[in-house]
Amino acid sequence: MKNAVGREIPDFLLENGKEVYQGKNYMDGKYIQKAAPKTRRYEAPQESKIVDSIADALRQCGARDGMTFSFHHHLREGDYVVNMVMKAAIEELGLKDLTIAASSLGAAHDLIADYIEEGKVIGIQTSGIRGRMGQVVSEGKLKTTAIIRSHGGRPRAIEAGEVHIDIAFVGAPTSDCVGNSRGIGGKSNCGSMGYAMTDAKYADHVVVITDCLVDFPNMPASVEAIDVDAVVVVDSIGNPKKIASAAARISQNPRDLMMAENVAKVIASTPYFKDGFSFQTGVGGPSLAANLFLEKYMDERGIKMGWAIGGICKPMVELLKKGKIGKVIDVQDFDLDAVNSINQTPNHFEMSASQYANPANKGAFVNKLDFVVLAALEIDTGFNVNVLTGSDGVLRGAPGGHPDTAAGSKVCIIVTPLVRGRMATVCENVVTVTTPGDCVDVLVTDYGIAVNPLRPDLIKCLDDAGIPHVTIESLKEKAYSMVGRPDPVQFEDKVVAVLEARDGTILDVVRQIKPFSFDD
Amino acid sequence: MQIEKNAVAGTLESSDAMVTVEPGTNGIELDISSSVMNQYGRQIKATVLETLGRLGVTEGRVTVVDKGALDCTLKARVECAVFRSCDKSAAGIPWGGVIK
Amino acid sequence: MIKRPKPERFRLRRTMMFMNAQKPGLIKDAYIYGCDSIMLDLEDAVAENQKDAARFSLYHALTTIDYGDTEVIVRINGLDTPHWQEDIRVCVAGGADGIRIAKCESAQDVKTVEAHVLAAEREFGVEEGRTLLMAALESPKGILNAYEICAASERMFGVAISGGDFRKCMQTKFDPSGIDMMVARGQMLIAARAAGIQCFDTVFTDLDDNEGFEAEVRQNKAMGFDGKSLINPKQIRLVHEIFAPTEKEVLQAEAMVSAFREAAAAGIGVFTVNGKMVDVAFIPGAERTLRLAKACGMYEGDLV
Repeated sequence: MKNAVGREIPDFLLENGKEVYQGKNYMDGKYIQKAAPKTRRYEAPQESKIVDSIADALRQCGARDGMTFSFHHHLREGDYVVNMVMKAAIEELGLKDLTIAASSLGAAHDLIADYIEEGKVIGIQTSGIRGRMGQVVSEGKLKTTAIIRSHGGRPRAIEAGEVHIDIAFVGAPTSDCVGNSRGIGGKSNCGSMGYAMTDAKYADHVVVITDCLVDFPNMPASVEAIDVDAVVVVDSIGNPKKIASAAARISQNPRDLMMAENVAKVIASTPYFKDGFSFQTGVGGPSLAANLFLEKYMDERGIKMGWAIGGICKPMVELLKKGKIGKVIDVQDFDLDAVNSINQTPNHFEMSASQYANPANKGAFVNKLDFVVLAALEIDTGFNVNVLTGSDGVLRGAPGGHPDTAAGSKVCIIVTPLVRGRMATVCENVVTVTTPGDCVDVLVTDYGIAVNPLRPDLIKCLDDAGIPHVTIESLKEKAYSMVGRPDPVQFEDKVVAVLEARDGTILDVVRQIKPFSFDD
Repeated sequence: MQIEKNAVAGTLESSDAMVTVEPGTNGIELDISSSVMNQYGRQIKATVLETLGRLGVTEGRVTVVDKGALDCTLKARVECAVFRSCDKSAAGIPWGGVIK
Repeated sequence: MIKRPKPERFRLRRTMMFMNAQKPGLIKDAYIYGCDSIMLDLEDAVAENQKDAARFSLYHALTTIDYGDTEVIVRINGLDTPHWQEDIRVCVAGGADGIRIAKCESAQDVKTVEAHVLAAEREFGVEEGRTLLMAALESPKGILNAYEICAASERMFGVAISGGDFRKCMQTKFDPSGIDMMVARGQMLIAARAAGIQCFDTVFTDLDDNEGFEAEVRQNKAMGFDGKSLINPKQIRLVHEIFAPTEKEVLQAEAMVSAFREAAAAGIGVFTVNGKMVDVAFIPGAERTLRLAKACGMYEGDLV
């Protein structure tokens, strides 16, 4: 069945009331029945929940074949927790048919690709999938269909019981002996622990894994002892160098700066750019550099930013410290400046993924957002964005908060170079739709700006401000005139991953890659 | 032209291609690898063969390691490698003739 | 093949950005940053053993990339190298707008290049006289011969000083005040103006020294340069800002040019602006101001 972004969704995926994507805010006003976990009572007073090893924690939580384990990705490319837990479960306890439900997975988890090939891990539910894991899933080696969700879609699915977490593993930079956990104060600090919060509330069992045990009570706790079954102390939960890895420096690349300046110009041309406006930006070169130029416009107009959300990094923290932002609400931290600021700098707060972006709750932050600036691997003439699959069709990205912020914000700006090497970023049809075009408003490239025709109000803003803009079709033609018209990527029939829209409908599917051959 | 000896042109930098030509007696033996194989593999092959054809090269081993080069770069690298293989790359190039 | 329009000898040239002709990723779209001219470099940026490869890249870039309104100049290798003759052939065959003669020291150097350009235009069926020339003065001798160089050819549109080599010859080094090259810059400017061609300042190489760069550009403008050579796109904006005319200058120029046109249309030889009589000699300058204003987005009228 064809969905609202023109993608053919196979019927076998549309069972048990699953629907295809119908457009923005389709589920608005509907009721959901939240799923409650089945948790164990710890009524008798306990001195400590510390157990000797991950294997012991697994045994205590009744780990068995076929279970779903959840993880957060705050330790990013430095994460050791996923591999440690899966190794213990598979190699020490001999478990199989396991599903990993993580807020994201990355190149740190290449080991899991082996477990997928061995058939020990049969399910993957995540936002990001990269490296060898992306490769083996794209090759059709995962036994079940992987499910890709946005950061807001994930807590929605957990709360609705579409993902039932048997055991949540929470890598914690610090924890006390009963599991009150924080993202700071240890040796592998990650700052916010927003992506772990829903897991801790909805999992049947919760295991905290830390490399820094601190005195009770570890307050204010991101994950609370009231939800924790066991605490494991390990040598190291992650490589600190890779946890806070985002480049703290704003790009000096002239192309990035030129695009960033145009992003700021577009923002400043809209009526939403007024005192108290709200803002989120990605950490890509041009998105991040937009901060620099935005500050200039704020100073010129004598206005301040009311609040900023998102993954947070140094430029945001600096604006906060300079008093140019009222509040920063933080679901994840990308660099040490942000890690060292959360809950330390006044008005720098932590929030959960649900609070950030869940479309099924009653007040996610993204819904109050004025502007979001995001990157794209590809964007097509329908303004649909792909941030998941490479031009070769292989899984190597993450929707993250992209679809959530795009849908919730008043102005969603995509900033990307027109071509990368020989790849046309602006194209006829994206390989995979990860953010539907009805949520994307403006495209800023190094060859010009295009506004979604769904937003005549913004077209008028740009015209009034004298900002030149062109059609997205003309940008695509310009791109193809430079790099040539690409051949369509060839896929096998088998669906290897389902791309869920944030509301739970199906936005697109990813099929098994077909090795390239000149003969086809 | 004939490929008279081994020659290389280009680099492995992004947006470039490294082209190696070697003498042969078995027609054109073409080996292409590319970072954009899926979407541009056929066009790269066509451009390389077309360029060799223009130069009148009918025999030799040609290896292309492409890093997302545009067609104009691919042509320039193939031409330079072939002219280098004949020690004719420094002067008197037929610009606008077989080079176009 | 991209057919570039016939080059304009005296166009706006505030910014000329150097690009290594051997780097495909750089030259494919250097025009997007909005510099007036791109300087594709076959000389210092290209290693000695890659001169041949750079020419093949250059030829295809010139003939396939649409640089639009951006002028495309090529810096060729010096006349004391074995490369310059083939450099000229490829520039002319590819349709470059102009050639920058490196290390130019005499009118004879210009004439030598001109002869080869003409031969190449004939060889490749290019309109004779199409390819423009500019000279880079890099030595004391070049500066001393500035006037004969500037006046050596109808193809010459401008002259530039190359600071690095010149300072070496003079046994001096960069000084923030500009004193190190003050006389050379002045002499070159006088020569260029006397010959009626444009004049460009050297590159500023410390990309982190924004204040120093700004000071030098302001001095360039005050001295009367037409523009500046650049090494990085991020330098473009400041030069354009500093070289922009003031609003008052634009209004005055507009009033002058329109009064002149009206008077000329009515067959009147003498005219006044705001009650003052204006000399016809001011009109070319006023028109230049309006063209500059148009390029800076400050003037939208149709007088130029």
